[in-house]
Amino acid sequence: MPVLEVKGLKKSFGPTAVLKGIDFSIEKGQALSIIGPSGSGKTTLLRCLNFLELADAGTISVNGKVIYRGGDMKKYSDAEIRKKRLHFGLVFQNFNLFPQYTALKNVTLAGEMLARERPDYRARKKEILEEIEENARALLDQVGLSDKLGFYPHQLSGGQQQRVAIARALALKPDILCFDEPTSALDPELTGEVLKVIRSLAEKNTTMVIVTHEMQFARDVSDIVLFMDGGVVIESGPPGQIFDNPRVTRTKQFLERYNGT
Amino acid sequence: MKFIPVTISLLEGFGVSCVIFFLTLVFSLPLGLIISFGSMSRFAPLRWLTRTFVWVIRGTPLMLQLMVVYYGPGLIFGAAAFPKLTAVLIAFVINYAAYFSEIYRSGIEGVPRGQYEAGQVLGMTKSQIFFRVTLLQVIKRIVPPMANEIITLVKDTSLARVIAVMEIIMVAGTFTAKGLIWPLFYAGLFYLAFCGILTLLFNYIERKLSYFRV
Repeated sequence: MPVLEVKGLKKSFGPTAVLKGIDFSIEKGQALSIIGPSGSGKTTLLRCLNFLELADAGTISVNGKVIYRGGDMKKYSDAEIRKKRLHFGLVFQNFNLFPQYTALKNVTLAGEMLARERPDYRARKKEILEEIEENARALLDQVGLSDKLGFYPHQLSGGQQQRVAIARALALKPDILCFDEPTSALDPELTGEVLKVIRSLAEKNTTMVIVTHEMQFARDVSDIVLFMDGGVVIESGPPGQIFDNPRVTRTKQFLERYNGT
Repeated sequence: MKFIPVTISLLEGFGVSCVIFFLTLVFSLPLGLIISFGSMSRFAPLRWLTRTFVWVIRGTPLMLQLMVVYYGPGLIFGAAAFPKLTAVLIAFVINYAAYFSEIYRSGIEGVPRGQYEAGQVLGMTKSQIFFRVTLLQVIKRIVPPMANEIITLVKDTSLARVIAVMEIIMVAGTFTAKGLIWPLFYAGLFYLAFCGILTLLFNYIERKLSYFRV
């Protein structure tokens, strides 16, 4: 059973159809990369998965259960949407760390807020908060930032900020971690350190959906590659197929342009 | 000689100035926030109504507004005038709330969308996002323009004299009418000292918030 299954997802902004019926699925532990030209709807797709945009039609299923059906969202309360969101984590292109908190606090904050809803929060408050902090320290260690716990975002490089953002997303243990062009705001040197972290997550079988322009990285790290253009999936398959033997001319065109530059 | 009685009179006048200053702040700071919500409302008629109101208030002199509030009820409706100090406060509170609302609006709209979205995808509620994520960033952004506006208010309190409220300049003027110029300079020192203290206070707040950048 796929951990995530998307069927017929559509989204328009006014008269502009950005997603024209997207289908894909991903098994637990797989990494799926989405490639394609700017404006092809990649980012909108990720935003729909995280309910930052509400798809007009189609379904999103997690672990075999439909959690979203297009057009239905008005029926759900804010609290329900919030709960659905927690299946997903999202790492943004421009990090969006909270500037007034240290790296450590950026990672613990959301967990602390959520813990308040636990029935045993009052009785075990201290323990729970310690667990959250312990977990955050371990995650920051995992992304190589155990020496930056007390640093504020402006004291960190872009690559370090993005690694904090990855730790922050991981802290809530999402079923599927989404990356929206995680290295597009970084120079090549800093790109490397962020890709390394994502690579190590792939090795640990973290389920991921990655929108990226780093073709070599997509080839190395993904189990499936999705090529999108004009709001539809043109072609999908294992990286070997997409990059070496694309079946569709449009895919070939796109990749040739990439290799040319 | 005359120094002691002048000092006492000026202190009394300055007391009135301070009352206007503090009461204006107490009411206009929250009122400004409400107005800023109106001018950011998704409901267009409310938004335009609010923005027109702000335009009128910011586009006309406070002195004019003060005179309208004081003389208007009597001349238009034949009603009793507000007590003088009440009239001053009504005009000042409305005027300053309009200015503050624009400062709040710029501060709130200045927080990048990504901050709200980051909170949302992390499962935070709207109120958690407001109090834990955006509020402090808004405060940091608005401290400098607020400081400016509040320091202007200190000196604007002298406008109350147009409806004969005995604030410090008016008191000093009574001595000048008797041939003394120095009470005017002396009155100026009160303003200088007060604004100096406010400047130190706002610098302190800015320093306290300098540990992060927005």
